Amino acid sequence: MDRTDLKKIYNNSLAGPLIFAGVLFLLPFVVQSNYILSIMIMIGFYALLCNGLTLLMGYAGQISLGHAAFYGIGAYMSAYLSAKMGLSPWLGMLAGMILAAIIAYIVGIPIFKLKGHYLALATLGFGVIVYTAFKELKDFTGGLNGFFGIPTISLFGFEFNNDFRFYYLIWLFVILGILFSRNIIHSRIGRALRSIEGSEVASDAVGVNIMKYKLQVFMLSAMFASLSGSLYAHYITFINPNLFDVMTSIYLLIMVVIGGASSIWGSVIGAAVFVLLGEILKSVVPLVFPNAGGEFEIVFFGLLLVVTLIYMPNGLSPQLEKLIARFRRNKELVPAPVAAGRDGVESGGDQS
Amino acid sequence: MEILSQVLQLLFSGLTVGSIYALIAIGFVVIYNVTGVLNFAQGEFAMFGAMICISLVGMGLPLLAAVILTILIVSVIGGLFERLAIYPARNSSVPTLIIITIGVSIAFRGIAILIWGTQPYALQPFTENNPIRILNAVLLPQNLWAIGISLVSVFAMVYFFNKTYIGKAVTACVVNKFAARLMGINPEKMSLLSISMSAGIGALAGIVIAPISGASYGMGMMLGMKAFVAAVIGGLTNAPAAILGAFLIGILESFTEGLWSSGLKDAVSFAMLLLILFLKPEGLFAKASGKRV
Repeated sequence: MDRTDLKKIYNNSLAGPLIFAGVLFLLPFVVQSNYILSIMIMIGFYALLCNGLTLLMGYAGQISLGHAAFYGIGAYMSAYLSAKMGLSPWLGMLAGMILAAIIAYIVGIPIFKLKGHYLALATLGFGVIVYTAFKELKDFTGGLNGFFGIPTISLFGFEFNNDFRFYYLIWLFVILGILFSRNIIHSRIGRALRSIEGSEVASDAVGVNIMKYKLQVFMLSAMFASLSGSLYAHYITFINPNLFDVMTSIYLLIMVVIGGASSIWGSVIGAAVFVLLGEILKSVVPLVFPNAGGEFEIVFFGLLLVVTLIYMPNGLSPQLEKLIARFRRNKELVPAPVAAGRDGVESGGDQS
Repeated sequence: MEILSQVLQLLFSGLTVGSIYALIAIGFVVIYNVTGVLNFAQGEFAMFGAMICISLVGMGLPLLAAVILTILIVSVIGGLFERLAIYPARNSSVPTLIIITIGVSIAFRGIAILIWGTQPYALQPFTENNPIRILNAVLLPQNLWAIGISLVSVFAMVYFFNKTYIGKAVTACVVNKFAARLMGINPEKMSLLSISMSAGIGALAGIVIAPISGASYGMGMMLGMKAFVAAVIGGLTNAPAAILGAFLIGILESFTEGLWSSGLKDAVSFAMLLLILFLKPEGLFAKASGKRV
């Protein structure tokens, strides 16, 4: 890795996040539309969730096909504690994150002994089992009928009960999440994760405790997912198990891959592309296929996923960075961010 | 007597479902062996098989012609899938290839929605479906068709891989791609061949199950995932073990459904998957061997 490359990775300036936060802050005043706000809120949930998943997949190179499980754990934990036990949603949120971390720890120990195909299958199996639990533990979750009457969230009597207010809450969490992840990436842990992504054998040989770091980042990503799930539950006030099925895990995967798993901004980009494209397709496709119903937009997501991985294995965010760099007309030459042959979600493991 | 007939009944339905899983699992194992790709789109071939066959029969084609034509069409789809998605990415890492096949699988589902919509369809049974009674348990001829077709296909596959020239060439690529290339076998061609063949077998599985449990755009995912479990029981590389695994999963599911709860059957299969992955990742029937690092 040459020096300019290092500089790019350890770009610690706050300019990016500040500009981003400023634009987000002003947006509801410029665009006064509840529809746009609700879309932005959806992007926020997914961005927060993908933030953790990007750390796991992009930085540590571990695949997870079961992250909707943690999303659901947060949602149900928060819903149960606030609606049935009358506790504060903030406590429910915290409890969800703790539970998600504990489950991630327990499941992570055997799962991260596996690599490649087996890791993918095991996380998939975990996702299906947790989904079944949501469906079958009717006393806690209400089963397939769903969980009704989840209270909205409030802080010192200020209720986040409309889109305008909730918009600021969710995006505050997203920005805090991004700053937090950036700090992680720039720390010893981040370097260890990158080394694991590069080569597990080599990092093991130089004394990186692979298992510990994999577990830590898995727990962290589970907590991000759980937090996002809790917030979602308090926003939408009604949840059912189908929100957290295997397909949701696959959607999350799509976002991380499209956004680019090797940049923390990829999570926001991926979530935005996913939600916006979904909305556009929902209004355009029925004009061409009048009979289309259900989740037909998955055709395009599927194709997008394949094309992205074949032609832009590092996702959209490096392309965007290139664009920004060209826009700035930096004096120093910007290195081509897509190093040939390097994949966004490469794992160091072989197939055995 | 009552218990015996119930057990027999569950066994019948387990074997039926197991035979469907077996057909799909063979496809997995063949593709995995030849290309090293774990194909998440395998279940969708079964879905295409069922849906296309139903459409062709609906157009007035006789069943046998529809079945053959369907298998051909799905094989072509499989070939296109190999050329357009797997071949360009053949040098990518394992997770990348996995995610590509996931992308293809949901694209296939979406295409099915656009063509057939979300409503379920049915296919008439292959022959008159008068129930056969054995010790008070009911066996439908269509179940026999399912089990019979899967067994015949299994033997055909064994024959193909061990006795025919092309089959031996594919096997050679599995054993040692480099050496096979030196012998004048083109592994890329074999990869194309094996994927379209697996797609064809998958289509057959879909056609066979369509009269039993109906067909819809979303049927492929669960079928595919169950076949995964079966393939993992066989250690991913061993086709006969995967077939045993498929029957095991089928029977396990039917007994879970019959004696416990139908909502739990998926969880039980996947709990089995996790147990095997954690305790015996080389498969249940594997001989002890040194592990490649």
